[in-house]
Amino acid sequence: MSNRTAAVHAARGPGKAATLGLALLLPGSVLILWQTLGHYGIISEMLFPTPYTIGESFWNLAVSGDLWVNLRISAARALSGFVLGGGLGLLLGLLVGLFRRSEKLLDPSLQMIRMIPSLAVVPLFILWFGIGEESKVLLIAKGAFFPLYINTFVGIRSVDNKLFEVTRVLGYSRLKQISRLVLPAALPNVVLGVRLSLGLSWLGLVVAELIASSSGIGYMMSDARQFADTPVVFVGILVFAVAGLLSDTVVRLIERRLLRWKDNFQG
Amino acid sequence: MGEALLSITNLNKRFETAGGHVQALHNVDLQVQQGEFITVIGPSGCGKSTLLRIVAGLDSGYTGNVTLEGSEIGGPGIDKGFIFQEHRLFPWLTVEKNIASDLSLKDKEVRQKVDELIELVKLKGFEKSYPRELSGGMAQRVAIARALLRSPKILLLDEPFGALDAFTRAHMQSVLLDIWRTNKTTMIFVTHDIDEAVFLGNRVVILEPRPGKIRQIVPIDLPYPRKKTTSSFQELRLRVLNQFEKVDELELTDGAGI
Repeated sequence: MSNRTAAVHAARGPGKAATLGLALLLPGSVLILWQTLGHYGIISEMLFPTPYTIGESFWNLAVSGDLWVNLRISAARALSGFVLGGGLGLLLGLLVGLFRRSEKLLDPSLQMIRMIPSLAVVPLFILWFGIGEESKVLLIAKGAFFPLYINTFVGIRSVDNKLFEVTRVLGYSRLKQISRLVLPAALPNVVLGVRLSLGLSWLGLVVAELIASSSGIGYMMSDARQFADTPVVFVGILVFAVAGLLSDTVVRLIERRLLRWKDNFQG
Repeated sequence: MGEALLSITNLNKRFETAGGHVQALHNVDLQVQQGEFITVIGPSGCGKSTLLRIVAGLDSGYTGNVTLEGSEIGGPGIDKGFIFQEHRLFPWLTVEKNIASDLSLKDKEVRQKVDELIELVKLKGFEKSYPRELSGGMAQRVAIARALLRSPKILLLDEPFGALDAFTRAHMQSVLLDIWRTNKTTMIFVTHDIDEAVFLGNRVVILEPRPGKIRQIVPIDLPYPRKKTTSSFQELRLRVLNQFEKVDELELTDGAGI
């Protein structure tokens, strides 16, 4: 039976292994080319350490435990910034989306704050909160706030008016209109906001840690730069990429579970 | 005949537009008895949907009287079931949850009624399906079950089968008649299909456009289930069709005057 389903799958399209192979084709070739060029000294080992050297450096950092200590600190910062900023974004997005009056009250000011680049407020945050955890978490929170705020707002405002009519005919109370219609209908946008916010949390983290800190992956990288330890910089980049990808994958799994009902073009 | 379930007297409705106003309904009078199946037919723009939406409480700003069981229509509510042309199911709810909507399936009474209705609209086996997995006819049957769960005093249907193919439509018509005969729910069914109007209704209300008013009400005294091929059916169909052609002529002379 399982053989037959496997055969059916194979007949329908490329299998999982083939798809994975396709995804790995480009990065795989780049790695091989890179290693070869570095090995024969065609590119500078100082600026482009070979993948093997980077791997070695990763191994050393992992064994000494430095990597995990820094990663845990960084992840905690990114997560608390995301929870704070994203949570507030969701809350205010709901408030502004649901009530026109709060939109008039809050939205113009929030849009103004949105236009201020994060880097521009760094000096102020450092003055106010020092270079401790608060300024970092707040910087990340500022980045994580807006995608969730805007997408929640857009999601609420794009609820189909025709479904609103249905809830009127079915005699929904105002509260039920919100909990049974507006919230589920806005969910796809909210989930998109979560993904974008989470991504921006990692980005904000790098900015925060590169500027001033004494721990975390970003610190590890800027420290290595000062000692021209290029492989460690590459390890840092790699760790950020993997961490970002992992957190995005988790959200996408949740998304698939929550939005099973959606009927969309699948590509 | 006793007191009418739904009483519409001297109903007028105007829409204000940029270029003045449009008289959507003009002096419409209609009495609907308990358990009746009324079909409303007319060309597009005759105000048939407006009439239905006023009865549902979805449109206001009219003059005249519209009463259900003697009391004025205040606004939309579960005593007036409404089926739209599109199914308008909640895409994130399964079939059974769509039927229950704001009611909980954990409630034993609701659960039992939902199961009965799924049986009635012939959707056994699809309880856990999402709307995207249903055909147009199935989705519309879910919408009908959703309205019926609330035991409405009157069920208002706004061209519910308009988007379906001919076979599905014929099937849906007989399903609806089954429901009507089982539940004895009073129905007002708007359509632009003459066959459909004659096949379903106790009375066919013919509307004419600009301004929308009742041209004639044709009683259909054929026993159910009706057969579209019998000569008596064809005779009544022709009678309705004739009225329609007069409506068309009116439109033409209107146009010639411009």
